[in-house]
Amino acid sequence: MSNTKNLFDKVWDLHTVKTLESGQDQLLIGLHLIHEVTSPQAFEMLRDRGLKVMFPERTMATVDHIVPTQNQARPFEDNLAEQMMSAIEKNCREFGITLLDVDDVRQGIVHVVGPEQGLTQPGMTIVCGDSHTSTHGAFGSIALGIGTSQVAHVLATQTMALGRPKVRQVKVNGELGPGVTAKDVTLYIIRKLGVQGGVGYAYEYAGDVFDRMSMEERMTVCNMSIEGGARCGYINPDQTTVDYLKGRPFTPEGAAFDKAAEWWLSLASGPDAQFDDVVEFDAADIEPTVTWGITPAQSVGVSESLAPVSDYPEDEQTLIKEAFRYMELEENQPIKGQKIDVAFIGSCTNSRISDLREAAKVVEGRHVSEHVKALVVPGSQLVRKQAMEEGLDKIFIEAGFEWREAGCSMCLAMNPDKLVGNELCASSSNRNFKGRQGSPTGRTLLMSPTMVAAAAINGCVTDVREMLSAVTA
Amino acid sequence: MTKIESITGTGIPLLLDDIDTDRIIPARFLRCVTFEGLGEHAFEDDRIQDPDHPFDKPQYQNASILLGGRNFGCGSSREHAPQSLIRWGIKAIIAESYAEIFFGNCTSLGVPAVCAPRETLEILNREIQDHPDQELTVDLTTMKIRCGDQEFDCTLPENARAALISGTYDFLAQLLKSESEIKERAASVPYFTSFA
Repeated sequence: MSNTKNLFDKVWDLHTVKTLESGQDQLLIGLHLIHEVTSPQAFEMLRDRGLKVMFPERTMATVDHIVPTQNQARPFEDNLAEQMMSAIEKNCREFGITLLDVDDVRQGIVHVVGPEQGLTQPGMTIVCGDSHTSTHGAFGSIALGIGTSQVAHVLATQTMALGRPKVRQVKVNGELGPGVTAKDVTLYIIRKLGVQGGVGYAYEYAGDVFDRMSMEERMTVCNMSIEGGARCGYINPDQTTVDYLKGRPFTPEGAAFDKAAEWWLSLASGPDAQFDDVVEFDAADIEPTVTWGITPAQSVGVSESLAPVSDYPEDEQTLIKEAFRYMELEENQPIKGQKIDVAFIGSCTNSRISDLREAAKVVEGRHVSEHVKALVVPGSQLVRKQAMEEGLDKIFIEAGFEWREAGCSMCLAMNPDKLVGNELCASSSNRNFKGRQGSPTGRTLLMSPTMVAAAAINGCVTDVREMLSAVTA
Repeated sequence: MTKIESITGTGIPLLLDDIDTDRIIPARFLRCVTFEGLGEHAFEDDRIQDPDHPFDKPQYQNASILLGGRNFGCGSSREHAPQSLIRWGIKAIIAESYAEIFFGNCTSLGVPAVCAPRETLEILNREIQDHPDQELTVDLTTMKIRCGDQEFDCTLPENARAALISGTYDFLAQLLKSESEIKERAASVPYFTSFA
């Protein structure tokens, strides 16, 4: 393969069936993940047209958005949620698709389950009716969130029509400080490039910061690509990727694995690869980061104060004023010390075993502040099981956290886990949009799972680094 | 499919930036297995909090052209968002820019989502507020927006424009034509054949 091609172009070219009259490419899809929220209407479209699923074995279904995290007994108390469960069960049965249902130990958040099962592999094109499909780019795949009509297209043809985005390399080099996590890196990038900075682009994350990250950390970064407006994000496959995949249920075995690994590594952007744009950041500039506003770009380092409205460009000031009003925060106020009501560790961004382990280190031997409701929602049943084997559940429970079943939970609150009134939530999730966590006036501060843990303990936004140094002292 | 060459109707002003899909249709209304009934919940939480929200104002109730700001439709890939706008009565959107998945969803549902510069949006915003009965036209054949005797340029990526004006915006029929090429391509992708 040409040395000047980046991974994105190599994978795109390999999957291009043809260029359509519209100028868009008909792109072959390697893995189609579906869940209960954005698929029922797509299956109805297939029924209306008398179509089948072309590659049912390349489609995998799970349930996550509406699944209760306290009582998962069927039928669900919420009749609408139960109807959606029945719909995906019926659709998967009728169309021959494997479903990881709530009674299957592999069930969980679709973007946690794919990698965990080894379904997600380098060089694939992966789609799901969910914008955080960008998560799977951590493996060096092209992973795109799509709408329900496109879900129908992919079910029926295993392809979709898509214009080719440009590719921007986002480099972060240097050493991250202690207590600075993958979540802080991604929040920092979005703060610098803006929520629409990535529109028209796929992001290639490169540089020694990403090279050193574990696969779980890489997933956190790629997960939030969409929050920066990028169509997707990816990291080149390397030995870390290969090691992660070995031995997973859907990963090839034996000689096929060696062949696969060789192919995966060959896809990486070479040293002479061309990009449409390159931006570079210094890891040393990144500190634990907290959003304060109503978009994921409205964030500050934990030691900073909230800049006054007049510091922003004129065309942003209306939105900034609205953010201050909605969040009930003041100009020039330090973010540290801001009292919180709820702490949520979970979501497709930060509910993996490594997230729970790191948060548990902060929590161990301490107690959740009296006025805080705190919950931990593992990303999958297997993450939950693993955490319990390691005794993490006990650490969280003893500290006063609620220990829940797997699901999307309070990230978007389609299940019973919701903010009430104007509660302020320290959340490890990915969106701080108005009303996102289930209350029309609920407020969200996005941060890393360790920062959420620290906020839960102190009852306010805390610089986790101070607590980490206390642990090691 | 219907060819969409131009949309004419009255406007509804919502000239705000970064309007996300959670605001367009709050997540709790996604608990459904069809898109029916989503129209009445468009911007529901914003409407509860803002008694002056344009979606509640009587003078805009028959509007079909929505005016938005920058990065309209950011956030979730949920097609429920454009479905809810369509069911409310929106047939075209004019904004400064769009989030890509939202834009793609609109196009595949036959809703032109055209871009116009801020100055144009501000003029249109005033016009719509001052004369809610005044009809606007978004003309995809000339890529002009007409409002009374004024005319403004707008843009739309050529592939979306071509698909809308030729009535081929639902790509399923086109994609289905390539069955043999799809299977051929799949056979050449290493993981489709389990690295055999």
